[in-house]
Amino acid sequence: MRVPLSWLAEYVELVPGTTPEDVQAALVRVGLEEEDVHTFDLQGPIVVGEVLDFVEEPQSNGKTIRWCQVRVAPDGETAADGGDAVHGIVCGARNFFVGDQVVVTLPGAVLPGPFPIAARKTYGHVSDGMIASARELGLGDDHDGILRLSTLGIEAPVGTDAIALLGLNDAAVEINVTPDRGYAFSIRGVAREYAHATGAAFRDPVAQSAPVEPATGGFPVVIDDRAPIRGNVGSSVFATRIVRGVDPTAPTPAWMIARLKLAGIRSLGVLVDITNYVMLEFGQPIHGYDLDQLRGGIVVRRAHVGERFTTLDGKERTLHVEDLVVTDDRGPIGLGGVMGGAETEMGDATRNVLVEAANWDPVSIARTARRHKLPSEAAKRYERGVDPAIAAAAVSRVAQLMSDLAGGTADDGGSLIAEAPGREAILLPHGYASTLIGVEYTEQQVHDALAEIGGAVTRTDAGFEVVPPSWRPDLTGKAELVEEVARLIGYDLIPSVLPVAPPGRGLTRSQRLRKQVADVLAGAGSTEVLAFPFVDAEENRRFGSAEGGEIAQVKVANALDASRPYLRRSLLPGLIEVARRNLSRGFTDLDLFETGLVFLPAEGRAYGSAELPAGGALPGDDDLAALQAGIPPQPRHLAVLLAGDVVRKAPGQAPVAAGLADALDRVRAAARAAGVELEVVQARRAALHPGRTAELRVGGQPVGYAGELHPSVAESNDLPRVVAVAELDLDAVIAAGDRPVEATGLSSFPAATQDLSLVVARDVPASIVATAVREGAGALLEHLELVDDYRGRGVDEAAKSLTFALRFRAPDRTLTAAEASEAKLAGAALAGERTGAVIRD
Amino acid sequence: MLVPEDTQITESAVDAAVEAALAAIAAAADSNALKQVRAEHTGEKSTLAQLNALLRNVPNDQKAALGKLVGGARGRVNQAFAAREAEIVEAEAAARLEREAVDVTALPSRFTAGARHPLTLLQDRVSEVFTGMGWEIAEGPEVESEWFNFDALNFDADHPARAMQDTFFVDPPEAHLVLRTHTSPVQVRSMLDREVPIYVLAPGRVYRTDEFDATHLPVFMQFEGLAVDRGLTMAHLKGTLDHFVKAIFGDEAKVRLRPSYFPFTEPSAELDFWHPTFKGGARWIEWGGCGMVHPNVLRSAGIDPDVYTGFAFGMGIERGLMLRNDVQDMRDMAEGDIRFSQQFGMVV
Repeated sequence: MRVPLSWLAEYVELVPGTTPEDVQAALVRVGLEEEDVHTFDLQGPIVVGEVLDFVEEPQSNGKTIRWCQVRVAPDGETAADGGDAVHGIVCGARNFFVGDQVVVTLPGAVLPGPFPIAARKTYGHVSDGMIASARELGLGDDHDGILRLSTLGIEAPVGTDAIALLGLNDAAVEINVTPDRGYAFSIRGVAREYAHATGAAFRDPVAQSAPVEPATGGFPVVIDDRAPIRGNVGSSVFATRIVRGVDPTAPTPAWMIARLKLAGIRSLGVLVDITNYVMLEFGQPIHGYDLDQLRGGIVVRRAHVGERFTTLDGKERTLHVEDLVVTDDRGPIGLGGVMGGAETEMGDATRNVLVEAANWDPVSIARTARRHKLPSEAAKRYERGVDPAIAAAAVSRVAQLMSDLAGGTADDGGSLIAEAPGREAILLPHGYASTLIGVEYTEQQVHDALAEIGGAVTRTDAGFEVVPPSWRPDLTGKAELVEEVARLIGYDLIPSVLPVAPPGRGLTRSQRLRKQVADVLAGAGSTEVLAFPFVDAEENRRFGSAEGGEIAQVKVANALDASRPYLRRSLLPGLIEVARRNLSRGFTDLDLFETGLVFLPAEGRAYGSAELPAGGALPGDDDLAALQAGIPPQPRHLAVLLAGDVVRKAPGQAPVAAGLADALDRVRAAARAAGVELEVVQARRAALHPGRTAELRVGGQPVGYAGELHPSVAESNDLPRVVAVAELDLDAVIAAGDRPVEATGLSSFPAATQDLSLVVARDVPASIVATAVREGAGALLEHLELVDDYRGRGVDEAAKSLTFALRFRAPDRTLTAAEASEAKLAGAALAGERTGAVIRD
Repeated sequence: MLVPEDTQITESAVDAAVEAALAAIAAAADSNALKQVRAEHTGEKSTLAQLNALLRNVPNDQKAALGKLVGGARGRVNQAFAAREAEIVEAEAAARLEREAVDVTALPSRFTAGARHPLTLLQDRVSEVFTGMGWEIAEGPEVESEWFNFDALNFDADHPARAMQDTFFVDPPEAHLVLRTHTSPVQVRSMLDREVPIYVLAPGRVYRTDEFDATHLPVFMQFEGLAVDRGLTMAHLKGTLDHFVKAIFGDEAKVRLRPSYFPFTEPSAELDFWHPTFKGGARWIEWGGCGMVHPNVLRSAGIDPDVYTGFAFGMGIERGLMLRNDVQDMRDMAEGDIRFSQQFGMVV
């Protein structure tokens, strides 16, 4: 809401010299936050001039200019710029006549832009200033020609300061109005709040306009709502008054244009300007009909199925049965509370006006405005709640202005339906405000604050019975009343008291381990990134499963980027995008990780709830269980991506390229940070290199995978050929490690170390051989490590030689070499049995 | 050295042999030379060894005196060897260390340092402040039911506040699933899952249909606090926030509340805090919203608002990072450029 200060000052006392910043500072204390200050942003000298004479001079570019002599100061006096009383000015417009009064921006003036005015040579003359258009002054959009003051109904002595004359010295503060404060979308409401903030005297504009009285000749209106929404009749207040004999072409006064402009509304002719002006002043949207276009009386009803209607903006709309329409004998003439119709609109031919001020059900209006995408000024106010008590005064205010400014005559009476339900009193128990805020308010303070906001306050033994003012539909309970007390007396009085929470248990195991995993990965050299979870369907198919086929996905209905409307099933698409961005910025060695939620709807399962329980009450257990069951699984994953070198080239050091081994190292370190050892199993995934992919398991259960991207996938993503990746279900890993470590005793007897080389077929995974050796060697084997995988001379072409370093130790004695050898051979024997491995000679 | 056959053990012969040995020992430059000298002057064929051998032929009455003469000579020589050997070992060890010197500024790095993302670091830091006060950390899903995200939080289905949230809806919208617009649904979940008194902090990712620019992200991080207990007041809210901003922004930081509106709190406030170390100079800065939990929210979770009161607050982590660490462009936090995380390393 933008509030011109001159307007505000009409209804609340503004100390002379009050700046827009002062007003903002006062309003923010009561909860109206500052947004901006608007001014006309111009600087004088800008004066009233009179065109004494002009010569038309055709130019070689086809234009014709006028070389004008303009009086800008009374004869014999010096002009405001210090120059002669008559200035020679070149003007491109031709919409004026000798003798017209115009606005002259003299050298030294600055117009919005900023556009400084100076005497300058143009078209063979020195143009000593400029004759301004309304648009150049920031007063309107009309750029058809220069502004003739007669069109604003103004006549003023030559040389008069035009800035003050036109109201261009005014400023508006813009405030953010929260959705509960519909009444602050008016000068009336803001003036009242300013009075609350400063103690200045408030004059209610509504009180200064006599409400229209229903009269026998009043325009017939019937409200016929047969389908109220949530039991609320669509319109409970409807006031009309007729103004006859208006001149729709009468000029809107400059002060009104200036105020509307500062408030953000364009001048559209005096009749419409007046309706907008009263809407801003009272907060009551007004509609004016061309009375002579109406056929019969008005009936307000819900729209019929399939009914069509053309709104003022020229759009034909198919109505919904919930939409409220204002109709006459022909059908809809207005979308109630949202926008009027084209057929009965006021125009240049209008002579008689039916002024309407109504009150509409907020829920109906909110739905209609959203349904038809019509967030009009009227709808904005109605959906937040308009004071139901001011319609009758508002139509009178409009009628008065139409009489004053457009020469009309208002009928004595009008019509009025006023059936808004009364407000019930709210009990504010004594002491409640103090116990909720932590400030000891006196009863008197509480009483006065509630009375000041317009409440009818009655003291009872239990507390204050408060009937909220008609303009505050948001005051529905005692907590709301407490806020009024607290904000009027001041939030700055609230002390600072630290509450003592009961002893907590710190982070949960999962929270602690997640942090540890991230710290360990970063410590191991990985850089944490956070990618958006939005992907395209193909990315989910490719990375969402081992097979890479069709898969269930969560789709966002209103995605910002229509090409990526799905939620990720894997962290990899995000990491790949981040990798690509880094590569494009010149970073070729990448070691990235991310942890975050993935969204894993099950195939063929519908999620969500068709019906929601009402708010404000605890739903039943079944309803809560149904809500929970309707939420798709969202486990937390961890993914890593490596490309380029993990060890960089340096003096005396050859580079080491990142590969699958590094991805495995990262996820192993991560799992170990969560207390879990990963099992690595040869596997395949559609998106990964067929020979370089591992499935990761814990206790035999798959928890993730590692691999190098399939070269075709890497290429299509503009990545280097070798990109190592891994992804873990971090939640599953953490859950798997949820048991305390059982420590084993450490034997201090000497160890016996031996190597064992086994020849096996190349396609036998080393892990299977190692497991067999470990099992076969039995309890004496303390440690086993694969130290070599030899293929070549001396070993069969289809085979490989795996060398294991074995360390044996007994808990109770020094092992002999013979005992160690025996265990080793037992290991080799079991490996031979399971894999065909033979000891290499 | 061969001793002539007629050689007798004489003092002068012994002295000459000792002198020769000592001179050779002194002249030995390294351990190899010393080894050779040792062979020459104490080995089997050395003069002293042969003189020693001659002792066998000496008459008994002279054996003791001559034996002492030769033995003493051998002792002197051996001592000199030991001393010289120690010198040489020390010198050689020193020389080796000298040779092993490297340019410590040109050593290769076998390990590239990684980094945490500053947003998650700051989230951890914030969580730590609250767990230090005995609060616990609560979490919830990002794809959330509208009931938890709106209805239970006193957002009427038709109230403009609901439209203001710029919500991402899950397809089909009739299923009433959204990408949570705030972490407030976790408040409701916490109240349903826990027993009063409740003191929880809910940090996490949230979503709004804001365009991606220097000051807006469609996906961002928030943390919200909720306390429900007997007798909690807005003064407790202010005290908690004061404590928090001091922990994050220094002891001079403090909080100021301004009246505002949120459907789920009443009374509601915007919170400004005094930023004592802001780059452009200390000032009040807007950081979030807060208030006393609306009675309808307590009722939605089955808590009696006439017995218990609560307060809640919510702030954006991105904005916190901008204010605290002078980040100018929010996009840097979301694009994953490794330079952004790496300038923070492990500390925010």
